[in-house]
Amino acid sequence: MAPLIQYLMGGLTLGSTYGLTALGFTLIWSATGIVNFAQGEFVMLGGMLAVAGVAVGLSQLWAILLAVAGTTVVGAMVERTMIRPLGRRPVLDVVIVTLGVAMVVRGLVMLFLGKETHVLEPFSGHVPLRVFGAAIMAQGVWVLATAAAVVGGLKVFFSATLEGKAMQACAHDPVAASLVGISVPRMTLLSFALSALLGAVGGVLITPITMTSYDVGILLGLKGFAACVLGGLGSPLGAMAGGILLGVVESLTAGYLSSAYKDAVALVVLLAVLFFRPTGLFGPRDVTRV
Amino acid sequence: MRRPFWLQVAVPIAVMGLLPLVFPGSYSLTVLILSVLHAMHAVGLCLLVGHAGQISLGHGGFYGLAAYTSAILSVRYALPVEVAMAGGVGLTVVVAALLGLPTLRLRGHALAMATLGLGIILNILFTEAVELTGGPSGFVGIPRLSFAGVVVDRDGAVYGLLVAVLGAMMALATNILNSRVGRALRTLHGSEAAAEAMGVDVAQAKRVVFVLSAGFSALAGVLYAHYLTFIAPSSFGFLFSVELIVMVVLGGMTSIPGAVAGAFLVTWLPEVLRAFENVESLLFGIILLGCIRFFPQGLAGAGASVGRWIGALLRCPRGEQDRG
Repeated sequence: MAPLIQYLMGGLTLGSTYGLTALGFTLIWSATGIVNFAQGEFVMLGGMLAVAGVAVGLSQLWAILLAVAGTTVVGAMVERTMIRPLGRRPVLDVVIVTLGVAMVVRGLVMLFLGKETHVLEPFSGHVPLRVFGAAIMAQGVWVLATAAAVVGGLKVFFSATLEGKAMQACAHDPVAASLVGISVPRMTLLSFALSALLGAVGGVLITPITMTSYDVGILLGLKGFAACVLGGLGSPLGAMAGGILLGVVESLTAGYLSSAYKDAVALVVLLAVLFFRPTGLFGPRDVTRV
Repeated sequence: MRRPFWLQVAVPIAVMGLLPLVFPGSYSLTVLILSVLHAMHAVGLCLLVGHAGQISLGHGGFYGLAAYTSAILSVRYALPVEVAMAGGVGLTVVVAALLGLPTLRLRGHALAMATLGLGIILNILFTEAVELTGGPSGFVGIPRLSFAGVVVDRDGAVYGLLVAVLGAMMALATNILNSRVGRALRTLHGSEAAAEAMGVDVAQAKRVVFVLSAGFSALAGVLYAHYLTFIAPSSFGFLFSVELIVMVVLGGMTSIPGAVAGAFLVTWLPEVLRAFENVESLLFGIILLGCIRFFPQGLAGAGASVGRWIGALLRCPRGEQDRG
């Protein structure tokens, strides 16, 4: 019983950070219809900047806040300097640009912060909590609480603020949104900044558990995307649920089958969903009007 | 727009035939052989990215899957090299078809993520299945290329053989673009929905191109394994898959000779830049961003402008040219 609880809790923790990455994908996908290949790099950047901040002597709290703020600014700058100038170029070009951005971020982090694997101190020490005989990392509680707060915050943002409603309108129909006076470019900018913020929060939360280095972004991005597809691309609630489900399956696989092949779970899930239920578990039926 | 065959295939092949004379020496020849192998991927990916509008980040994995399969069949099961190579290409094509079947039904870029995932999984497999693949240190002692008992072991002969194979691939790719599949793909630039309503199976065309490009990469993979006689997982990773996309984008995405030129240029790059290993990612990123933003026509566009310029010079009478 105790190992099962431990695996479930581990999966829930990991899965919440996948969910945050998946939310980032969903925001940009809804606003622009592109798959952002730099999403995983935002997660990596958040973790690495926090590590770098602690290394230069900042307190952990400040290092984390600055890392999240810095990554958000990077996300906004990427949209302003790389995506927007493309104008109405084909989606393929924009997707390749996000791949280019991912490679540049990865390359710069490697040049300036090195190739080593880094770790961040857990937010409230190493002493595990005891629940039904299972040892649970206190960091896990931080991850779950923050993820819940972020999801709650997004819910309020989308349903109770004008900006949030405008963003939803853009996702629904950009032309109609611009006709009623919503600035679509501004919403695109906002979606990139928010996605980077969500990614960085996930990165900062996960680093004390899984460690980080310049090259973790690809796998984290892939898992975030798999979570997204599992939950139904375009559905924020689905993204979070997909992330948690993926994390739990992955953690159980690592626990009971083989930890060497645990990263394969994300791909198997991705392919299975694409094959049997391309709209995901919670996604809307894919009906496109011509 | 029909593509003139001689310009698309014959001229590039003639140029490649002359390159060993321009860059003599055994080291240059090794780099040229690698360039031709990379160009094989680039031709397939040019169809996939430039014409079917899909990105793959898993062709490095297909390359490795074919190379390892052929190595394992020829060494562990002592099959003849030709049979092992056919097995490597066959398995890779089947895997690609299975992956493409569900993924290419969807709009958007699910294929990019699915191939990325497959590439990562294959790399884990190459590294972890030690008793089969030799693990991280690589697979040694692969037999040399041979056909019907004739061993091709001189580098010059290997180069000639590879250029011939590449020429056949370029011819096939050019013909595909001029065929029904090529016409179906051209509807992507207009209305995909309208084309489908008229009975054009665009998804099928994308699948054909995807499987074909995986087949090209697989053929490059088996030739690579039996040319080098040694393979290691690091040659088939994510970074290599991105490098292949960089070649195609640098070539101008839609042009087959452009993609080949891109492959040669990107393969020569590390030979020119000594500090390459540490700036690889950064450089690939900058090439992708710069090309899409400022030179979407890439090398093919540059080639076309030079061609037009020469044409204008030739047509222009002497006096007018001075005034102009």
